[in-house]
Amino acid sequence: MSIEFETIIGLEVHVQLATESKLFCRCSTKFGSPPNTQTCPVCTGSPGALPVMNRHAFDLSLKTAVALNCEIPKFTKWDRKQYYYPDLPKGYQISQFDLPMSQHGYLEISDSKDRFETKKVGITRAHLEEDAGKSMHDEAAGKADSRIDLNRTGTPLLEIVSEPDMRSPLEARAYLDELKLLLTYINVSDCNMQEGSLRVDANVNLHLQTDDGKVATPIVEVKNMNSFRAVERALAYEVDRQLAHWKKTGEKIGDVPKQTRGWDDSAEVTKAQRSKEESSDYRYFPDPDLVPITTTDEQVAKVRDSLCELPAALRSRLVKEQSITPYDAGVIVNQGRAVVDYFLEVAEGCGDGKQASNWVQRDVLKNLKENEQTIDQFGMSATSLAALVKSVKAGDLDNSRAGEVFEYMLANGKDVVASMAALGIEKVDDSALDDLCRELLAANPKVVADVQGGNQKAIGALIGQAKKKNPNVSPNDIRGKCLAMIAEMS
Amino acid sequence: MSLVHKSATALLSEMQSGSVSSTEVCTAFLDQIDAHDEKIGAFLRVDRESVLAKAADVDSRRSAGGALGLLAGLPVAVKDLLCTKGQPTTCASKMLEEFVPTYDATVIEKLDSADAIVIGKTNMDEFAMGGSTENSALGQTKNPWDTSRVPGGSSGGAAACVAAKMAPLSLGSDTGGSIRQPASFCGVTGLKPTYGRVSRYGLVAFASSLDQIGPLASSVEDTALLLQAIAGSDERDATCAPNEVPEYTATVAKPLEGLKLGIVKEHFAEGLDSEVGDCVTAAIDVYKALGASVVDIELPHSKYGIATYYIIAPSEASGNLARYDGAHYGYRTSDTSPVEGEGPLVTMYRRSRSEALGPEVKRRIMLGTYALSAGYYDAYYVKALKVRRLIRQDYDAAFEKVDFLVGPVSPTAAFGIGELSDDPLSMYLGDLYTVTTNLAGVAGLSVPCGFTKSGLPVGLQLQARPFDEERLLRAGHMYQSATDWHTKTPTV
Repeated sequence: MSIEFETIIGLEVHVQLATESKLFCRCSTKFGSPPNTQTCPVCTGSPGALPVMNRHAFDLSLKTAVALNCEIPKFTKWDRKQYYYPDLPKGYQISQFDLPMSQHGYLEISDSKDRFETKKVGITRAHLEEDAGKSMHDEAAGKADSRIDLNRTGTPLLEIVSEPDMRSPLEARAYLDELKLLLTYINVSDCNMQEGSLRVDANVNLHLQTDDGKVATPIVEVKNMNSFRAVERALAYEVDRQLAHWKKTGEKIGDVPKQTRGWDDSAEVTKAQRSKEESSDYRYFPDPDLVPITTTDEQVAKVRDSLCELPAALRSRLVKEQSITPYDAGVIVNQGRAVVDYFLEVAEGCGDGKQASNWVQRDVLKNLKENEQTIDQFGMSATSLAALVKSVKAGDLDNSRAGEVFEYMLANGKDVVASMAALGIEKVDDSALDDLCRELLAANPKVVADVQGGNQKAIGALIGQAKKKNPNVSPNDIRGKCLAMIAEMS
Repeated sequence: MSLVHKSATALLSEMQSGSVSSTEVCTAFLDQIDAHDEKIGAFLRVDRESVLAKAADVDSRRSAGGALGLLAGLPVAVKDLLCTKGQPTTCASKMLEEFVPTYDATVIEKLDSADAIVIGKTNMDEFAMGGSTENSALGQTKNPWDTSRVPGGSSGGAAACVAAKMAPLSLGSDTGGSIRQPASFCGVTGLKPTYGRVSRYGLVAFASSLDQIGPLASSVEDTALLLQAIAGSDERDATCAPNEVPEYTATVAKPLEGLKLGIVKEHFAEGLDSEVGDCVTAAIDVYKALGASVVDIELPHSKYGIATYYIIAPSEASGNLARYDGAHYGYRTSDTSPVEGEGPLVTMYRRSRSEALGPEVKRRIMLGTYALSAGYYDAYYVKALKVRRLIRQDYDAAFEKVDFLVGPVSPTAAFGIGELSDDPLSMYLGDLYTVTTNLAGVAGLSVPCGFTKSGLPVGLQLQARPFDEERLLRAGHMYQSATDWHTKTPTV
């Protein structure tokens, strides 16, 4: 039985903001220090200690919210979200409940391979909150003890909640990719999923078209996804599972309480998780230890003016101004602003965006990857590469030897002219080319006969010989000239 | 006159002139504690050796001619909810009996930089919840005027130690009257400063939007001295005000001209003990004789004060006290036996809290938890916040017309120990005249204004505009210059 359905996905992303210190105290946010070495009375919830807001964290969240096209309310406040857990030393998390610092934004997503139409995914809200600590349960050793590390407690998190606007795991992936890129561009987070700087929870269900009209399956929250790829796979799994479950039980939204399922990456399945006992009522109320924050239109305008060019705008500019494909623009923009700037310098220097894009993608990026370098560490300036591309374009350097020159320039730090000279590369003039071809044809009557007999490919045999006699000749020139001469013979 | 009967101001000038040393002063008060505190129970801890070591340090720095702080050499008693680094801070709770803070409260740092000497930590109602110090899990403080009676609370130890001359100065905290009411019951002077006047950093929170640290002393002049040392902004407390700190000590003795007092009609209504009422009326007559004009003032929403307070304060407390879960601080149950159908973590939480928190604290946590629960939040908490705003507006309107509001501190004088233990509602009603001060965030002063026939002190309350402590203290001092109630001491 095949049935038509639509997948409905909304994402909650927690982003750790790139501040030096925590949200409500001055402890460091550095990752990976020995447990409980980055704590103080405030972040350990010591009796009597009081939180004081880190203004830098608020500024970073403001920047993000503006980049996500959010409305910034003039007034926002802090609330206590109350629940008991050992990694939450105060018994409440300082968060934002009914008056978040931003709301009603959007993020545009598109696919360079056109697998879905460009769309705006709504941002319901983005609010600031403090992170909890980490619980380490020593289950493997069979001990009853759990250990708590409060180094992470109080780290600023921006929770970005999307509307349920995504219609496929692919769209969800695109949203995450684009969000991460945006956050990286505006420099508010390192988005390192392994270190927990970016965490994703997904809400997913299906809208089925049945004979009795539209039916929605129960919404499931999926957690524990440690990469964007895991998100994509978990969602794909969940779509299949929900469809199968519905076929079997007919269970629809409202029939059962909202379920939380965890993604098991090795088994490639989602598994039902026990729901938190207190999760039903967090008893939110305004935190009396903190003062509300007001933001003026002027402040928002200032943030907007100070924003850098965002990835989406940058991609369209590259397509438009450098005449490269949306796919190529995507590849380059995904590498970050420094690579984009390098590319633009090469493109402007050689006057050919397409060629610059080829060189940057094929040679530069490949090289960086092999050597695990960033563009700042790359051994060839954009000006040098532009000169190389220019030489090829001008015909001074044949394409067949350009790679060799590139390697030489990179290895020796020389410019294109010096490198060509060192490699003994010089342009072969027309009369030398004529002489060489004549010589080759005379020495290879069988090739001439084969070509005359219609096998044009036979000419290939001469190219190797030509290269041996003069490494500077262009294979294309040899091929063209020899074919022309043979044609004249008949 | 023995050293312990002298005012802090007098002791300070004698130490400055060299006629007496800090060691002598501290020894005198320590001896007084040794002699009487077994009976009174004002202190939870006194460390004689460290007090005398600090006193010796002040004395040697003084003789070396070094610069000394405002309170140099003076002993100050500290309520046991102000964090003292390396020294237990119990909040008179079994929960924190073993708790040793890793840091000093801002006010403790300020005392330290003023070269004051913390003489000991005083008893209180557990987590400052109560008005009699009967809720202390660590002992009952008795009223020095009649040891069968309570000293008031929650700063009962803070008031009793000043009354019994065991400390010249004392720090308490006031969430709904917890400085003013025990000051009144014990016949001493106590000030609840404006919310934000003194940093709360290091004050173990009961209700964050209402808590305020303040001084208790034998006179308004001494109260001004201690306030001078502790007031001011603090970057570690976001709710602490940036307002400049006036020179309280320099101006306290200057009388105010053309004083306008408002009598809150609601504070002289049913429930006020007639003897208390007579003392307060007589005190108002003293002001009239000093040239003050007196008008009737209405605080129409003050009748909702108790109801509002007992929603907001427990709500905040339910959050503030959630951290005492056995996982991080203080008491953890030793009973690890499993409970059918309950996870070990929940069992640990439940047992730790059940075993270590007292009944009044539990009552308030439950009240607050209920008021903040889904479905009740709007009806209770949100409504209480609205009424709180109206109460503040009443005060603002009143202060358009008068300089200070004048009336009783408490409807009765000190009651007997155990008298109200089974009647929490009557106990709560004792806060009738004091809670609105905290809800409005204004300042309130309690000064002794007479005695009942049975010899129990009665207090007069003056309430002032936010951050008007400078004039409030002057008004209090005017009264004390014309009367001698504050100079009376109990025979311990």
